[in-house]
Amino acid sequence: MDSWQALLIWPGNPVLSVLVLFVMAIPILYGARQAMHSLLHALFRAISNPLRLGSHWLFKTAEELRQRNKLVLLSHGREEISQGIVKEFDRVTSLVQRDLHGYPALQRKLMDEITRIEEDFQKCGEVPPPPPEWTKAVAAIAKIKSSGDGLVERILEDISDSIDDVYEKVVAEYRESSTKRHNILKGFMPFWRSVDQSLNRVDKNLNGLKESAAKIDEQMEKYTQINANTEKAEHTLTSSATTLFVISLLVMLIAAGGAFVNFWLIERPMEAMVGGSEYIYGNLQASYLAAMVIIFFETLMGLFLMESLGYTHLFPLNGVNNSMRRWMVWISLTILLILAGVEVALAVMRDMIVAADVALKQELAGSAVTAAATASWALNIPKAAQMILGFTLPFALAFVAIPLEYLIHSGRTVFGALLVLGIRGLGFATRFLSSMTRQIGKGTEYLYDAVIFLPLIIERVLVNRGLGTAGASGGRAAFPKRATSGEHIL
Amino acid sequence: MMRRLRFIPFLVLALLPASCADQRSHAQAIYMLVDTSGTYSQELDKAQRIVSYLLGTLKSGDSLAVARVKSRSFSEKDIIAKATFTKDPMQVNNQKRSFADKIGTFKADLKKGSAYTDITGGVIQGAEFLNETEAGQKTILIFSDMQEELDYKTVRDFPIDLKGIRIIALNVTKLTTDNVDPRRYMGRLEWWEKRARAAGATDWKVVNDLEHLERIFKGRG
Repeated sequence: MDSWQALLIWPGNPVLSVLVLFVMAIPILYGARQAMHSLLHALFRAISNPLRLGSHWLFKTAEELRQRNKLVLLSHGREEISQGIVKEFDRVTSLVQRDLHGYPALQRKLMDEITRIEEDFQKCGEVPPPPPEWTKAVAAIAKIKSSGDGLVERILEDISDSIDDVYEKVVAEYRESSTKRHNILKGFMPFWRSVDQSLNRVDKNLNGLKESAAKIDEQMEKYTQINANTEKAEHTLTSSATTLFVISLLVMLIAAGGAFVNFWLIERPMEAMVGGSEYIYGNLQASYLAAMVIIFFETLMGLFLMESLGYTHLFPLNGVNNSMRRWMVWISLTILLILAGVEVALAVMRDMIVAADVALKQELAGSAVTAAATASWALNIPKAAQMILGFTLPFALAFVAIPLEYLIHSGRTVFGALLVLGIRGLGFATRFLSSMTRQIGKGTEYLYDAVIFLPLIIERVLVNRGLGTAGASGGRAAFPKRATSGEHIL
Repeated sequence: MMRRLRFIPFLVLALLPASCADQRSHAQAIYMLVDTSGTYSQELDKAQRIVSYLLGTLKSGDSLAVARVKSRSFSEKDIIAKATFTKDPMQVNNQKRSFADKIGTFKADLKKGSAYTDITGGVIQGAEFLNETEAGQKTILIFSDMQEELDYKTVRDFPIDLKGIRIIALNVTKLTTDNVDPRRYMGRLEWWEKRARAAGATDWKVVNDLEHLERIFKGRG
């Protein structure tokens, strides 16, 4: 405060003192204008240039990371699609081996059946022999009108009777022949059915092959797109990875819920086993850790089981042969079964501890233990439920390996994309700051000029009159032209 | 291959803390003084309820002792029952039953109250017991009207050491004289608080609402 007072010309009138000081300072400020402009320019450039450089670096890094992510994503996608194609080809091979393998036999069977049908059909086509030729002659005689001669009439009656007999015989034969033909046609039915079934099977197999071919085509299309490094393939794979990541995360959260229930199921009896008063670290009880170890161990065994069964590929087990794999399956399954058994035992123990605690509290409260109620079968339901949960939860946890694998694989893509986004955002912020600093620098220069506007106006007037040669050659122009190029805003 | 195995160091790091056991004691030790002097001996039913509550609350590794306050209380003989609960929960239940039986027997056998009330002696005895348990949380519960009365031979007016122990006065009943002048009651509690804090007690609390005893042991750790 004292030093401020010392600067004032008239300490009693600070406004006037400041005004006079300002007027006195204007020529000095005008003289130092170029130097001050250079100083401000350098100062703000010193801030904005590193920011701009940083921004460039960030954008470049983001691009490199994006390229790398793309490379990994496409490679992963290529691998996945290759596996898909191989799987589809395997399916086609097995289909061909299973079904088309029997095609010659099927064809022979079909040919036999068709030949038989043809033969039978031809048999059906055979017409019974026509009635004898003499029947026509007899029929003509029979049509002769009766002349009243008794002998002739009798002959005609005999002829008529004979003809009737012949017709009856012919009709009977025709009927018999028709019945035979119908029977032959009736005998066709199983063959037709068999042919129909065979053809349906062939049709189904061919449709299956057609579907597989369509799938292979689809996969091949994707594969081609991936090989061509197209944006579409990248977007499709990223979107698919994000969806997979979210779903896997959701499943993992559900599994975590299951693990939490499992933890509380075994924590209490574990307290009895390892001691409830033992603490490992901070407030972490030894029993908590023991329960968690069991759950982690179950998950680990599940992981090995899924890996050995070939459902997951988290570990490089390419060198492990099938026999070893089978061993691994049996070992992990056995351990899992043992752990499930342990959990069942712990669930029973938990129930006993809880029941004993309840009984003690009832005793301490002075009320008699309700023995009749304990005999009720309904009270065993929670115990049974705990036992079932204890046995099933370890196996349910074993399946965590599958979403875990997807989470890890898709997580790489999702986090990679998020990292690129973050770096780009940071790059933009740095660029923005750089641009803002530069603009503030320019603004400060203009503000400086605004303070010394009076000498600058005089300078302009003198320059306009053509007398300001010294000013034009010695210093910067008071009102320089606005830059039209090379200005960087953002 | 190496990429897939890179999470193993994290697993190892996560399991590292498990290898070093926590040396701090998380056990709780409670020493309960029960005033058996004069008319206060009629409050024994409430004291038994508190003991039952404590037995229901305490866990494996915790310690509990119940001692009587009489004319001179600085003696192990005044401890009615004491126990440090084992790790086996079933055995703990047996210990608790036995403890409750001892308290029940004591209550049944108590015919008449003592002539004087040596709370200080009981507190010193309690501090000694609690320090021996090496528990993480040590508490002295004083079930009394907090009116100390000593015979002329008993000396208790010297500084005591209650470092690391919290003192809780339970069911501090008002005497007839307190009703005449409540300042006596306030003054008595103030005097005890000052004494406890001067002796290094970590906390001093008065709990007269015995329906909410869980508040005393809230935030146990």
